[in-house]
Amino acid sequence: MNIIVCIKQVPETTEVRINPETNTLIRDGVKSIVNPFDMYAIEEGVRLKERFGGKVVVVTMGPPQAEAALREAISMGCDEGILITDRAFAGGDTWATSYTLCHAIKKIAQEFGAFDAILCGKQASDGDTAQVGPGISSWLDLPQVTYVKKIEEIKDNRARVERMTEEGFDIVETPLPALMTVVKEINEPRIPSLKGMMRSKSAKIISWTARDIGVEAKDVGLSGSRTQVVKIFTPPVRKGGEMLEGETADKVNKLVELVKGEVTG
Amino acid sequence: MLNYLLTDEQKMIKDLAHKIAEEKIRPVAAKYDKTEEFPWEVIKVIAASDLFGLFIPEEYGGMSVNVMNLCLATEELSRACGGIAVCYAASALGTFPIVLFGNDAQKKKYLPDLAKGKKLAAFGLTEPEAGSDAGSIKTTARKEGNYYILNGTKHFITNGGDAETYTVVAMTDKNKGARGASAFIVEKGTKGFTFGKKEDKLGIRASSTMELVFNDCKVPAENLLAKEGMGFIVTMRTFDMSRPGVAAQALGIAQGALELAVKYSRQRHQFGKPISSFQGIQWMFADMATEIEAARALVYSCARAVDAGEKDIGAASAMAKLFASDVSFKVCDMALQIHGGYGYMKDYPIEKYLRDAKITQIYEGTNQIQRNIIGLQMIKDLAK
Amino acid sequence: MGIQIIQDKCVGCSLCVKACPFAAITMTNKKAVIDLNKCTLCGACPPTCKFKAILLEKPVAAAEKKDLSGYKDVWVFAEQKKGKVQSVAFELIGKARELAGKVGSKVAAVLIGSNMEMAAQELLCCGADIVYLVDAPQLANYQDEPYTTILVKLIKKYKPEIVLCGATFIGRSLISRVAIKIDAGLTADCTGLDIDPDKKLLLQTRPAFGGNIMATIITPNHRPQMATVRHKVFAQPALDKSRKGKIVKETFPPEDLKSRTTLLDIVEEVEGLVNIAEADIIVSGGRALGNHENFKMLEELAQVLGGAVGSSRAAVDAGWMAYSHQVGQTGRTVAPKLYIACGISGQIQHLVGMQSSKIIIAINKDPDAPIFKIATYGIVGDVFEVVPALTKAFKKALNK
Repeated sequence: MNIIVCIKQVPETTEVRINPETNTLIRDGVKSIVNPFDMYAIEEGVRLKERFGGKVVVVTMGPPQAEAALREAISMGCDEGILITDRAFAGGDTWATSYTLCHAIKKIAQEFGAFDAILCGKQASDGDTAQVGPGISSWLDLPQVTYVKKIEEIKDNRARVERMTEEGFDIVETPLPALMTVVKEINEPRIPSLKGMMRSKSAKIISWTARDIGVEAKDVGLSGSRTQVVKIFTPPVRKGGEMLEGETADKVNKLVELVKGEVTG
Repeated sequence: MLNYLLTDEQKMIKDLAHKIAEEKIRPVAAKYDKTEEFPWEVIKVIAASDLFGLFIPEEYGGMSVNVMNLCLATEELSRACGGIAVCYAASALGTFPIVLFGNDAQKKKYLPDLAKGKKLAAFGLTEPEAGSDAGSIKTTARKEGNYYILNGTKHFITNGGDAETYTVVAMTDKNKGARGASAFIVEKGTKGFTFGKKEDKLGIRASSTMELVFNDCKVPAENLLAKEGMGFIVTMRTFDMSRPGVAAQALGIAQGALELAVKYSRQRHQFGKPISSFQGIQWMFADMATEIEAARALVYSCARAVDAGEKDIGAASAMAKLFASDVSFKVCDMALQIHGGYGYMKDYPIEKYLRDAKITQIYEGTNQIQRNIIGLQMIKDLAK
Repeated sequence: MGIQIIQDKCVGCSLCVKACPFAAITMTNKKAVIDLNKCTLCGACPPTCKFKAILLEKPVAAAEKKDLSGYKDVWVFAEQKKGKVQSVAFELIGKARELAGKVGSKVAAVLIGSNMEMAAQELLCCGADIVYLVDAPQLANYQDEPYTTILVKLIKKYKPEIVLCGATFIGRSLISRVAIKIDAGLTADCTGLDIDPDKKLLLQTRPAFGGNIMATIITPNHRPQMATVRHKVFAQPALDKSRKGKIVKETFPPEDLKSRTTLLDIVEEVEGLVNIAEADIIVSGGRALGNHENFKMLEELAQVLGGAVGSSRAAVDAGWMAYSHQVGQTGRTVAPKLYIACGISGQIQHLVGMQSSKIIIAINKDPDAPIFKIATYGIVGDVFEVVPALTKAFKKALNK
């Protein structure tokens, strides 16, 4: 089973600190990491390979330093890492990004052979749009299953999976190849092994530009984007209110008096 | 931290162990401290990461034997939990006799599973009546045909009960004293080999400490390590290799405690300021950090000397263990002090560090025994 | 194409340095310098420059310019499950009315399902002028492909100017697929929608780069302008039973209703029923709770108040609570009347998911916890002491 995993390098935001005076992000020492949701896609890809054999190709679009994200994926067991990098890709919205990745995937299929599944994290932690995964399947006209929380069975070129919903989950069967976006419930990403890390360090990362994947600058990055940022502003900060003082009992009673109306009303 | 000119591989080992410590150990450290269950879930992660291969040669499925690498891994794991780290390090202790003195057949039989972390090892030396005075062990091994018959009790054995492979020291000739001891590989499940009580400890509670009971236990003669009478040589050489690891454990615990204290001091406000802004606290940090760095320099130098094949390593490795463990206890004490009343409560992780640090002054030779080793070496050197 | 600093205009005020989410701008000799290796052309800096010294070029070839005339009306994709229109659709119709008023067009809802006549009526009462109803037994449950095909065909046929969709599991899956097929711009998770009074463009505002910066986004050259919005971001309009409108039934050939994927079963989980997004009162717990068992204390309080239990990401990541309870950027956005944050420090990720609550109560041991900066009422204290006391006090006050 051959699998393509699409990943993104994002700033580590779990410990974002805000400068209280300017209300801007404190960026000092913010590391770049693999988008946490993509870690589940990488893990699932490697697990499928371990179950069914085959190859896992991991691809990312980003600046040259995004190579580190690919190496991390390789250390976890992916076989090939492909970096789609070009100044022309900068500033792309989800339309331009999914278009670019669609062409990268077509080239991967040419170079490495047909694939059975494309896996993506459900969304990137920096943009939180969840639009690129379905966008890619739309470009490639592949069947898609989003928010996959379990791949139950793969047989006769069909996969039976569980798709998370607000109320629980759906059981969906899809023919392969298909694109799936995965949620954190699907697995627990492994910690790489020392041997994996050594292998990833010396692994050759393939780098492709816009020309390599056959796209024109006007269709990708900022130029290709259908949307455009026109304004950036800091939202008004919700003002903190009253700190209740006194012994615990006083504080609690005061609070109950203050909000009782909301509870009974 | 100073630049210790780590190789790329060593940086990788450090990063990997750091990741395991932060992601898999820190979140569960308090749980295992409380329940005293054996942390199999974490051991499996460490196993999958190849870190058990750091003390086993490549030809037997390991990553090559390197004490410095082992120290780096142990230090990082100990930063998050000294108890879980010792489950790992104790397997190295139980494996070293086989690595150092095993013949090819023994190595082939036991090392691959230990390298993959499929099985854990333990080292059985201490007895109720023979702690620091290891020469007075009472467990006997009597040769009978193709077997040795073991009788006696070992206690305070780390990984006891959970390990599969034990290296056990027993007397084959009581009359010869220390020269009458021999080392054996004993598999869990061997008839006549059972486990006694599990200890309820002050610290490193994630690790299991148990009695090994040998009651006419028939061990195949091919499980004898080296030759009869080599038991104490096996032990001493093993300790030379493993002591830097204990020192690294102490170092990791100290580093972890310092980090917690610094973090806490920035959150805790008194007199309208974070307590980290007080010089009294900053000076404590300065002392803690300086002593930790001195310990680290000593531990790393010692580990590197072992790896370089340095022969007379006894005193140096005793110094590393002695100094790092004393620093560790002292640093943890100061770190707890910085936490004030909260530090005394189990809601905060710092009190565990103090409890975990204490053992490093005691096991693998009490710090008093370490001083004996160092002192004796001084005299020997002078007599040369 | 690219970004550049117009040297003559740059006065070295360094406003752009602060605005850059990627730390790509530095000041050298009192002029801004952009590190092109770090810059992602995100567009954050040009609007912050008071001197118009940052030039971010985006050439649009004349041939690319599409004829945008002929696109009118504001559409809402009305998501239904088991025949019930989801409340986010009603909220969006409310917003669509407002937008349609500003551009002088109509509001239409697209409703796809089986036996949805009554529901279509409901959408009219709620503010839609037209409901495009696609009713067929095969369409009872959402499936990516037939729903995409239908929505794409309807959009091509009627040419709406704006299409809004709930940022739900279904909505996000569907609309992202549709946007590509019709070559439209799409903005996710908008928290504000408005019309530019001059250009009549849809102004789509959403949190960017971790949520403390807001970005306003437009779709200048493509139609429709599409956006998703989370549940509870906009208020639900009042139902007007007397409102009249048109229900337009659309039929599609059987091949359009086909799906390569097959929906085999729909499983509802008890855990999933704790719908914090619907609750008026939420008692939420964070890292300080320490373990799963301690959340029982919050459940008790929630029960007394008739509310639901929420959780910070830290507690979910630690495995103490299921993901369905998670409030925040990667969990659910909630806007209850009362939000009680117990032992939650208030990471930005959490705050963006709950800061539109009417009243926020914060209980935390650390007086400097960021949560207090936005809390209506704050209590500095140990959650294990305060929460049980609060439960008791509410019990008494509510005569329970």
